[in-house]
Order: sequence, then C-alpha cells, then structure tokens
Amino acid sequence: MAVITHKSLAAQNHELSEVEQQLKLLKEANLAPFQDKLAESNLFPLTTTGLDIFQINMGKMCNQVCKHCHVDAGPDRKEIMTRETMQLCLDAIDKTDCSTVDLTGGAPEMNPDFRWFVEQLSSKGKKVLVRCNLTIIVANKKYNDLPDFFKKNKIEVVSSLPYFTSTKTDAQRGDGVFDKSITALKMLNEVGYGMEGSGLILNLVYNPSGAFLPPDQVALQADFKKKLKERYDIHFNQLFAITNLPISRFLEYLVASDNYEGYMYKLVDAYNPIAAAGVMCRNTISIGWDGYIFDCDFNQMLDLKVAALGQHLKDFDAEALKNRNVIVNQHCYGCTAGSGSSCGGSTA
Amino acid sequence: MKTYYDPDDLKKFGKISEFQPELGEKFFDYYGHVFQEGALTAREKSLIALAVAHAIQCPYCIDAYTVDTMEKGCDEEQLMEAVHVAAAIRGGASLVHGVQMMNKYKELSM
Repeated sequence: MAVITHKSLAAQNHELSEVEQQLKLLKEANLAPFQDKLAESNLFPLTTTGLDIFQINMGKMCNQVCKHCHVDAGPDRKEIMTRETMQLCLDAIDKTDCSTVDLTGGAPEMNPDFRWFVEQLSSKGKKVLVRCNLTIIVANKKYNDLPDFFKKNKIEVVSSLPYFTSTKTDAQRGDGVFDKSITALKMLNEVGYGMEGSGLILNLVYNPSGAFLPPDQVALQADFKKKLKERYDIHFNQLFAITNLPISRFLEYLVASDNYEGYMYKLVDAYNPIAAAGVMCRNTISIGWDGYIFDCDFNQMLDLKVAALGQHLKDFDAEALKNRNVIVNQHCYGCTAGSGSSCGGSTA
Repeated sequence: MKTYYDPDDLKKFGKISEFQPELGEKFFDYYGHVFQEGALTAREKSLIALAVAHAIQCPYCIDAYTVDTMEKGCDEEQLMEAVHVAAAIRGGASLVHGVQMMNKYKELSM
C-alpha cells in the first residue's frame, strides 16, 4: 500500500520532479514508440480536429497531496496564474469560437483571482467547467459558499472521487478526504448540483487507486449512483473513468512500488486505435499557469510545448494552433489504452 | 532461482497453441465467449473466476483475476468475499462428507 506524503516531489527535491528524468525513464522502458503505434493506425502525425476546448491550469497550489497527481500539486507549490495571464486567456478565447473552458489546477479555487476569472468567462456565454477537488469547499470558511458561486455562474462542476468507500479514496487522496468529499457533495446537492431537472451539472471522476486500468465507465457509473444514493443520499450526473498516466507522482508511485514495467506493458498491450483517434488533444489546448500553450495537461507537466508558432498566449495564433500536429511521447499510451481516457472519461 | 511457477509464464498462456493450434484456438475462442457480458455481467463472471482460482489454487489465475476484478471496479472487500465463497464451498465439501463418516460409524457401532 502506498504511503501518502505531505510534500510534493518538487519540495522533496525528488529526481522525478525533473521533467528530463521522467522522459528518460519513459524512454528507457524499451516499449514500441507511441508514434509507431499511431502510424500503424494511420494516425501519425496526430493532427487536430479543431480548437473547441481551452483547458486552463490556474496553478499548482492545492490543499491536497494526492498520490497519483500528474501536476505534483500541493500546499507547497506556489506557481499560480496571475490576473494578467488570465486576461491573456480571455483575449485568446475571444479569437476563437471554442465552446468550452475547463479550469483546473491544483485547486483552481485557491487562486485569489479565481472568482474574477470565472465571472469574466461566464459572461462570454461559454460552457465553463471547474475541476473541483471537493475538499476545498470545506477547507476554510471562505470557500464554503463555492456551491452558490458555481450556481450563480452556471458552472459545470467536475470532481474526483476515486471510489464510494473511504479506504480506496483516502489511500489515493489522503486521510479524511473521503468524509470531507461526502460533506462537500451534499453541499453541492443542496444548491441543486446533480439533482434532476436543476440544469446544474455535477460530474464525478474515477481513476484507479493503483497500477491497474479503469473499469467500464457505464457499469461503474451505475455502481457509483446506487452506492452513493443508498449510503449517503448523494446524486450526480455522469461518472468519467480516467486512466492514470505514467508521469510525475503516479510515475514515482509505479517505480517505488515496482509496478512501472508491468503497468507500461499493460498500457501498450491495451492500445486501442479507436481510442487513439478520439484523444482529447485533437480538439483541446492546455494553458499553463505562466501562459505557455500545450496539447494537453500531461504534455504541460512534461514541458512539451505545442509544435506551432506562438507557444505563449502573448503570441496566440488560433489558425496555427488549429493546424498543428500534436506532440506525442510514451506517456500517451495512457490515453489510448482499453476504452481510452480523457478529461471527459472514456473515448472509445 | 528456478521455480515451477514463473509469473512471466502467464503472459505466454496464448503460446499453448504452438503445439496444437486447432484445439488452442478453439479453447481461447470459447474462453473469450465465456467471459463476455451475458445473463451474468462480466464483473460477476470475473468474481466467480477469482473464487474458482482460489478453489483450484492456481497462482496464474489468482493473479489474473485479482487484476481483472479490480479493473471491473471491485474493491478489496468484494474480492475477499469471493475468496470466502471458495473457502466455504471447499470447507463445506469436506464437512458434508462427515455425514458419510457418521453413517459408517453408526453402521459399525452398537
């Protein structure tokens, strides 16, 4: 069983906090190059299909230190997006016809300009998602009104809950996280989130608490709905099943638990060309806290910037981004295994 | 150290077809169909397989169906309950023969 530390890899000066070390380890696994797999499926180079989703990472600061976090987020991370960079995001969004803005972190709510930014986005008529870790709602009095704030701005809330039991949830996300998450979910339900007919969407995210692939999303959603209703009278809309990608803290866990090789083979064996065709990076861009642009949040954490002119919001070029090829590497096997994985769950 | 059971051999299971392709292929085709969603869900079948794996004490099957049940959304409590089902049936199978013993005992006793 994994032990939860309370420090990020960066704060521990762990060698896997270095991007180069992560990429080196991925290369050393001696697996078929991901781009060759794509080529076999006639998908290389991986082209984009549009620019529909802006995923914005508002910073690495978080109130939790989850064992699998690909951001290496935590209370000791101070990198957060400034209001100036948020303005650059707003300007860039105005130059596109994107439908969705997806806010993530860390805990995006900890950014002091979070509410200002959400209000600006909300006034643009875009669908705005907030990836809320739930516990932030009960972490401090100043966050207790977040459900009302979300409701007022018609935010779609997406929240991680690895399982409907405390054992598996706390093993991944920290002691006491499950109970706090249940309290937060009840608060969201109370203002209408996840309730039938309210129009307020509350989706949950499952990801495995260990070195295995996620179950079938539909079957798991039925289980979650039944158990959360029976045990806690909690309601939600959809469950997204997401695969853990072998980077950052999950990579560290895989290595430390001697599961790295087996997990990588599992991902490669489960390569699914249909999932590969549906990967989210084809219609998404990911913005870092400092304004740099990436194909996805995982590439962001590996500092693999987009292969297009204008790698920073200051030089934003929507046309160049729409016509770019996606940067791929060995970690991409995580999004193409089995039923596929994206921030919106299965893709195949 | 050499052992009779090598975890890496599990990955080579498909290679049994090398020595007898026709029967091997028929077996794997059948095997695949057995575990498909049917009147029982794929998850129920996986838990049955885990229980049977413990009953027949096959290390390969125990590894394979521990992973498979986890990847079908089962938690540790469900996995252990499946093992208890196997233990109950195995234990019960021994104990029910106690009736035979009792019959014989009574037959021979005054």
